[in-house]
Amino acid sequence: MVYSCADLKKGLKILIDGIPHVIVQFDFTKPGKGQALYKCRLRNMINGSQFDRTYRSGESFESAPLESRDMQYLYHDESGYVFMDSKTYEQVAIDGDTLGDDKYFLVDNMDVEILMFGEIGIGISLPNFVNLRVTQSDPWVKGDTASGNNKPAILETGYTLQVPSFVEEGSLLQIDTRTGEYVTRVKE
Amino acid sequence: MTEPNWALASKQNNLMERARIVQAIRAFFVAHNFLEIETPQRIPANAPELQIDPLPSGKMWLQTSPELAMKRLLAAGYGNLFQICRVWRGGERGRNHLPEFTLLEWYRPGADYTSLMSDCEQLLQQLSPCEAIRYQGKIIDLKIPWPRLTVTEAFEQFASCSLSAALAANRFEEILTAEVEPQLGTDPIFLTEYPAELAALARLKPGDASCAERFELYIGGLEIANAFSELTDPAEQRQRFNADESARRAAGKPAIDLPEPFLTDLETMPEAAGIALGVDRLIMLFTDSLTIDQVVAITPEQL
Repeated sequence: MVYSCADLKKGLKILIDGIPHVIVQFDFTKPGKGQALYKCRLRNMINGSQFDRTYRSGESFESAPLESRDMQYLYHDESGYVFMDSKTYEQVAIDGDTLGDDKYFLVDNMDVEILMFGEIGIGISLPNFVNLRVTQSDPWVKGDTASGNNKPAILETGYTLQVPSFVEEGSLLQIDTRTGEYVTRVKE
Repeated sequence: MTEPNWALASKQNNLMERARIVQAIRAFFVAHNFLEIETPQRIPANAPELQIDPLPSGKMWLQTSPELAMKRLLAAGYGNLFQICRVWRGGERGRNHLPEFTLLEWYRPGADYTSLMSDCEQLLQQLSPCEAIRYQGKIIDLKIPWPRLTVTEAFEQFASCSLSAALAANRFEEILTAEVEPQLGTDPIFLTEYPAELAALARLKPGDASCAERFELYIGGLEIANAFSELTDPAEQRQRFNADESARRAAGKPAIDLPEPFLTDLETMPEAAGIALGVDRLIMLFTDSLTIDQVVAITPEQL
């Protein structure tokens, strides 16, 4: 499949020099009513290296030929994040740099799609929403309006995000994995 | 119990500041003897511009700017005019871009683009409660007058090649964004005298046909406003429209009819200067917002 600049967005996987890359940051800009520029931060999905590249209208991109396999997330250790095919018991490990922010949205025993480039696991496809617990967040000081009505919180996976001031430590939150943003508290 | 939608609820403070700014903009222009105007948002033809894609609406188009309608009123003899309206530009979505956004345009008959620079300075003085604002960890000093730098000078000072070399290589925007804009600083600055080929509706500088009487205002690294002395020669305007429309079609874009009533009315258009200011971006500055998403009630993705 061939993409045009209009298809570029965060999370899109394209082939550059035969190697799959994922767009980890994306911005569109158009200085002075001029030509449109598509600024991408790309991550090489094989070795995890990142670099910036700016594309102009008219350029095209080949989609990365990835196969997906249904697996379950087991645990992470020094070898990386380990997933298992629950039918064949085959295991695949992917290191944290390659997973990028996706690693913060993994919950034990979660079903995920593993993206395979040939025999190598190079990424995961997450459900749109996951539930994660708050491990650290300062209590809200009533009347503190200087910082607006949100505050930072750290989740059980080490991920930091902005949450509403009423969120407490220990709360279970629904997170949108596409944007990394808070959606709602989950009733337990 | 379902919680209220946090993504919308969290924008309330910014939207209160937005309302204050829009009301203060109106008060400023009314106090300076400008007439507020509303013109149709759905129109038979936009000005053909190679880099702007209008969105269709039935058999007509959504306006990409109210410019043509505003100038027809000037040609009909109106005085100072302003308008705050929605405009649409297809395919534009980024940290500072929405395909539907709010534009403030104002026009001064009998004036040139330099008088608009002073309008910008006065307007910001009126909108800001203080001489300085904090934006993304940096202080923006609004004290006037604001510096002016020509595009040629900016390329000489900051770019790895000259303006003419950048234009010849079709890399103007790329070098402007990557090398020049980051060096413009956070305080307000006018980038002036744009190359003639980048100013479809602007008057060329008397005595130097290579550049147009056009400026862009940058504040806090954001491109806030685009202004020029208006081109008032209908023959020249038709020729530029035809060239732009040919370039559009060569690029495979849908055909657009020329805005004939505008070209007819341009015959009686007085010398004038006009400016378009991105209201959403101005509000980003005053609310210390990193993205345009934070200053509009609902983004396209939240619809």
